[in-house]
Amino acid sequence: MHQPSRVPACAQASCVQYRLIIRDVNTLQILQLYTCLDQIQYIEWSSDSLFILCAMYKRGIVQVWSLEQPDWHCKIDEGSAGLVASCWSPDGRHILNTTEFHLRITVWSLCTKSVSYIKYPKACQQGIAFTKDGRYMAVAERRDCKDFVSLFVCSNWQLLRHFDTETQDLFGIEWAPNGCVLAVWDTCLEYKILLYSLDGRLLSTYQAYEWSLGIKSIAWSPSSQFLAIGSYDEKVRILNHVTWKKITEFEHPATVTNPKTIVYKEVEKSPSVETERFSFPPTRALASSVFSTQSKYDISQVPASFQYIKPVADRANPKMGIGMLAFSPDNCFLATKNDNIPNAVWIWDIQKLKLSVVLEQLCAIQSFQWDPRQPRLALCTGNSKVYLWSPAGCVSVQVPTEGDFQIVSLCWHPSGDSMALLSKDNFCVCYLEREEVK
Amino acid sequence: MGDWKTVTVPVLSSDSKNIFQYTSEKKISPPNMNSQVLRLPLPSSKSMHSFFSAFCTEENIEQSISYLNRELTTLGFPSIYAESKGKELNLISIINCMNELLVLQHKNLRAQEEVEMQHLKLGSDMDHLQNCYAKLKEQLELSKREIVGLQERDRQLQSKNRNLHQLLKNEKDEVQKLQNIISSRATQYNHDMKRKEREYNKLKERLHQLVMNKKDKKIAMEVLNYVGRADGKRGAWRTDKTEARNEEQMYKVLLNDYEQRQKQLLLENAELKKVLQQMKKEIISLLPPQKQKPKERSEDGPVLSDLEEDIGELNKENMWELSCETVREQLTNSIRKQWRMLKNHVEKLDNQVSRVHSGAMNDKDVISREDHELETEKLELEIQQCKEMIKTQQQLLQQQLMSPCDDDTTLLLQDCYLLEERERLQEEWRLFQEQKKNFEKERRSFTEAAIRLGLERKAFEEDRGAWLKQQFLSMSIDYKHSENVTTPSAFIGTSDQDNRLVNSTSQQRKPHCMLSGPVSAESCQTSQYISHNSFNAALKKPAGDSKPNQWEESDKEETE
Repeated sequence: MHQPSRVPACAQASCVQYRLIIRDVNTLQILQLYTCLDQIQYIEWSSDSLFILCAMYKRGIVQVWSLEQPDWHCKIDEGSAGLVASCWSPDGRHILNTTEFHLRITVWSLCTKSVSYIKYPKACQQGIAFTKDGRYMAVAERRDCKDFVSLFVCSNWQLLRHFDTETQDLFGIEWAPNGCVLAVWDTCLEYKILLYSLDGRLLSTYQAYEWSLGIKSIAWSPSSQFLAIGSYDEKVRILNHVTWKKITEFEHPATVTNPKTIVYKEVEKSPSVETERFSFPPTRALASSVFSTQSKYDISQVPASFQYIKPVADRANPKMGIGMLAFSPDNCFLATKNDNIPNAVWIWDIQKLKLSVVLEQLCAIQSFQWDPRQPRLALCTGNSKVYLWSPAGCVSVQVPTEGDFQIVSLCWHPSGDSMALLSKDNFCVCYLEREEVK
Repeated sequence: MGDWKTVTVPVLSSDSKNIFQYTSEKKISPPNMNSQVLRLPLPSSKSMHSFFSAFCTEENIEQSISYLNRELTTLGFPSIYAESKGKELNLISIINCMNELLVLQHKNLRAQEEVEMQHLKLGSDMDHLQNCYAKLKEQLELSKREIVGLQERDRQLQSKNRNLHQLLKNEKDEVQKLQNIISSRATQYNHDMKRKEREYNKLKERLHQLVMNKKDKKIAMEVLNYVGRADGKRGAWRTDKTEARNEEQMYKVLLNDYEQRQKQLLLENAELKKVLQQMKKEIISLLPPQKQKPKERSEDGPVLSDLEEDIGELNKENMWELSCETVREQLTNSIRKQWRMLKNHVEKLDNQVSRVHSGAMNDKDVISREDHELETEKLELEIQQCKEMIKTQQQLLQQQLMSPCDDDTTLLLQDCYLLEERERLQEEWRLFQEQKKNFEKERRSFTEAAIRLGLERKAFEEDRGAWLKQQFLSMSIDYKHSENVTTPSAFIGTSDQDNRLVNSTSQQRKPHCMLSGPVSAESCQTSQYISHNSFNAALKKPAGDSKPNQWEESDKEETE
């Protein structure tokens, strides 16, 4: 299984089965090669890019490798406790292992011989959250059928605050980028999001409605000014950081009627095959161009309607509502995906609080991510194309490969110059040229 | 005319058939009188002839004549006989009778015609009415049927409505029920979940215990060498100090965040206030000065000056930085006022413009403009007049100043100018003199009062001293002789002591007049008289009480 991981570094790591390959970012030349004891499920770079951890859940082992010293090694064995998740602490010297059944979180230190335990961690999607500056860590806990949140100081793992939350079943926690507010939201059976200050005070509670399925995803804006909440009723509600009240609601209907919205529709370009160029055996480029259809974007006339899918009613976690939310790094745009309209990405202008652009693709959106430096969105839909949008326009880029390359996810390099495109078994790196400003 | 039925002419025998025929014709068809009557005026000439010949033949001329005569006389015509019993016929009367008969005949015919016409008309009217009646009856039937149909429909719709209402109610009830069900199920699930979770927790605890037991065996970390910390420092023990520092750190972070936010908000506020100020200024400048003039006239100075003051105040720099409620309110309220005024003004202008466009010029506006113009003309005239007056006055002044007129007149004139002033000054001088006199009087009275007070005081002190001396002496005398000594009056006492007292009191007079302060100093000076000291001390205290008594006494003395 492939899993590259990128960190502000000149190296890029990927793993194949039980081997860890470290390459140079610019040339993709292999720098290091490590072998682990078992199939690697998860890799993560440390914050200072000196170490990389490889977690093997089946064996319950985490192995740590050093980039500077290739012969340095470290192995953490959880043994019978089992391993469910593993991550680095922000200082890059501690590893937090979540044991099986979420019995406890063990904090292993690489500097000292100390081991800390955090009991009763909550078995939820986002149970651990670090502040952006890496100073504090919030852990969701559950004792006696009640949810709690513990705040730890990452430097010495001192318990700073411990408070209970008024949630039925805590689903996730996330720090605001300014590190002063913690968002805690409830399970999808109840729409409730609570905002706690760093010192444990409850700042505000927001509940949009009752009974129907609630929050599906949330996102903080990079300036911590806004909190976007995507819910199962296909709406995104934006709260502001001054009053913690809703300032607007974004709807995702199946038909867009506002004439000021631009709708980009992906259409297939019939490949222009020049018969004279045919040669035997066919060259790689030709083969790829024949079998993969080019596509381009057309501007659709408003009103435009999209393919709307109503999911099966009696299944849990239905594919409806806002499943993906992301703010652009300059706070100007918010990209959302309504799972009822799986082929479209909605881009909202936050300065005007209006829908700005809708990108309608031919296949269902798999993932999208903003460029960390500028308002540029890259998205992939499971075919061999990567699509880029920026306020200047959008483009569909064909990955020149032979055979099938179905891009399932993508990952930007922190500098915004390149991104890794991942399929199930392969990956490729896409470099973007920077326009030289004269 | 007569009833044809009754005409039986017994006289005529030979032609009775014809007549009978005629009359029988009449008899047979009495209901068809119309048709018969119609036929009547149009007999053919032949039948007429036969008819005529049938009535009068050569044999019965006289009989027919007499018959005719009889008939005519009964009808009111004059007899046709010349004489009452003669056989000679009066031709003239016969002709007259004939004429009359003809006229009558014509008349009758005409009447008949008319009657027939009317008859026809009535007949047609009747037909028409019958038709109408039939049609209306039909319509009535139709509408009755329609009404019945509509009523039926109405009834159906109402029942439908009722059904729908019922359905709606049912649906609402169902919804309510479902909601209740949902909530009850939710609580049930929560309860179950909690139960399962508690079980799960127990399992976890158990598992945890097992895992902890096996800790030494497998759970371990193997590392080649320990890595240094990321920041290069050495690890520190976790102490209270560090805990406190961490708390502090956390609060610092929070405070920093709040301060930043507050700074941003302050900046925003300042900018917004600036914008509001600008807006206010612009609005005030936009408002036409006409609007402010009537306000000036009505409310005079204060309003404008208030506005100006407000503007002046709020334009001060330091007022911006104040963010207290009152200043904020002032600014927003003033802007709201100005905005409203501007809005009203713009609306008025709009109305005027629309009126002008529509062409329907209101007379009021025209007149008001005319009035305005008239007023302005008037004002201009006034201004001119005033200017002229000023000019003439100036000229006069100049003349007076420059003209070489008599000294007398100049003096007079000067006097004239200064007369008022002089009078005023004189009055003031008089007042001043009066006041001065009053003051003098008062001062004198005060001094007299003071002197009197001093004398009386002195007297009182002498008296008191004597009395006390007497007492003392009496006490000592009593001690010696045990005799009652009459308390002497205030002024009876040994002269020496009196003198001493007088001396001391005279020394003290002045200070008493001025202040009671230096009394103690004076008393210290006269400390040679120890008894006097005690007396003084004794005197000091009841001085307050004694004074009114003294006054009373002095008053009494005066009155006496």
